[in-house]
Amino acid sequence: MLKDITLGQFFPGKSAIHRLDPRTKIICVMAFVVSIFVSSSFLGYGISFAFLGVCIKISGISPKTVLKSLKPLIFILIFTGILNMLYTPGRELASFWIFTITAEGIRNAVFMILRIVLLIASTSMLTYTTSPIALTDALERLLSPLKKLKVPVHEFAMMMTIALRFIPTLIEETDKIMSAQKARGADFDSGSLMDRAKALVPILVPLFVSAFRRADELATAMECRLYHGGEGRTRLNTTVMTSLDFRAFVLVGLICLASCLSGRVVSF
Amino acid sequence: MAPLLTAEDLTYIYSPGTPFEKAAIKDISFSISKGEFIGLIGHTGSGKSTLVQHLNGLLKPSSGRVLLDGEDINASKEASRRARFRVGLVFQYPEYQLFEETVFRDIAFGPKNMGLSENEIKSRVREAAAQVGLDERSLELSPFELSGGQKRRAALAGVFAMRPELLVLDEPMAGLDPVGREEILACIESFRESTGSAILFVTHSMEDAARVSDRLIVLKDGAVLTQGNPREVFSQSAELMKAGLDVPQVTRLFMELASRGIPLSPSVYTVESALEEIIRLKEGGQC
Repeated sequence: MLKDITLGQFFPGKSAIHRLDPRTKIICVMAFVVSIFVSSSFLGYGISFAFLGVCIKISGISPKTVLKSLKPLIFILIFTGILNMLYTPGRELASFWIFTITAEGIRNAVFMILRIVLLIASTSMLTYTTSPIALTDALERLLSPLKKLKVPVHEFAMMMTIALRFIPTLIEETDKIMSAQKARGADFDSGSLMDRAKALVPILVPLFVSAFRRADELATAMECRLYHGGEGRTRLNTTVMTSLDFRAFVLVGLICLASCLSGRVVSF
Repeated sequence: MAPLLTAEDLTYIYSPGTPFEKAAIKDISFSISKGEFIGLIGHTGSGKSTLVQHLNGLLKPSSGRVLLDGEDINASKEASRRARFRVGLVFQYPEYQLFEETVFRDIAFGPKNMGLSENEIKSRVREAAAQVGLDERSLELSPFELSGGQKRRAALAGVFAMRPELLVLDEPMAGLDPVGREEILACIESFRESTGSAILFVTHSMEDAARVSDRLIVLKDGAVLTQGNPREVFSQSAELMKAGLDVPQVTRLFMELASRGIPLSPSVYTVESALEEIIRLKEGGQC
């Protein structure tokens, strides 16, 4: 039932992309995203798409999975496309009623759609190839300079890690509670909307109680092991940047530059 | 007498069609007569919890049938809803399902879902509370104010109040101290006495199962290893131990004594019968 929901879309693997330091991947994806918004030529997008395609190929993740990540966005894509097409001033191509379609509008619409597709596909590649824990760890280390400004970076990262850790636990718990209440004759699938909302009470109350109980227990356990925040804490697995990471930086840097500047070289 | 509930070749496969596919239970058949007390024993992961969820239609078998009074409980939605009320299922750590504002209302949740009248609900709640030894005063408390043992008993009462003809309890004594365990056993006995319902008691403790059950069903790796009355089952103690299952301590002791040439029956499984056996031996003058 609930167990069938796939959470965290991490696909373990051993490809070069998987082996990159998660910090490298985060920085590269950010640079890539910036470049696709700066770029304004079809050649530039061609370069970006080609690069992303190569990355997907190397990572060994099936292109189908990446396409699936775009599926929920179809509506937004169409919506943005239409809005851009209709509301960009410029050389008029056709008009009806209060709408006018311009050449610039069509160009903008296509660009916007390409940008969103690239944005989603590249960030999903990040989560597909990096475990959630590695991601939060990398974020913490990337943001650690902010500690000087008294931003509780470590605490945020710890909260995220704990939240991720407990998602499967709470799903299992929900499943159990649902079964137990069904065994007492609770009915979740029939009746009016109001009835169904009311039927959730016997699940939500025990679930909250158990979440609080777990939080309490975990806090005690952490205190028993002398957890006192991030200060002076070292890690079990410290990722180290290798030559692979530096090569990735150079490659992504060049690709981004190429896609940004391509508009100046050719005019389409 | 026709059996109350019959399981025919139950098989359940988790996540079929994926790489995680796994048969939790395989071709399990057994039947339960009215008023019987059955112990279902098995290791962690032997499929006990999966099996019991089939008995009231919470899980649908991948193949096989569950018959309640000869009617397939998965034949229709109504049949499976009726089965929910006739087969009461108490899950592991049932105290985690308490949710109402007062203990009274929590116990009344099941009977209310059955559509009983206000008066009937009241009398059933009182009766169930008495069976588990909760007094009038605690009925008005919030379930979260009760102690651990009381919470567990309140949760049991929630199922007792539905007066199931077959009461299935999944490890009802897990995580309790010896006093708490005895209390829960006493509750189950008291429910059985006043209703005459059949009980299926799931445990991994051979000791508990041997003590209270008329009949034992032993599961191993999702299949029935052996079933029969305790004496029959424990006469195969050597095989049970080979299969990695625990046998009662007293049985192990008697097996050891028998293997050292003392003529004691190794199929003893309670301290009382052990005592009788020793007295028999003494009076025979062989010691």
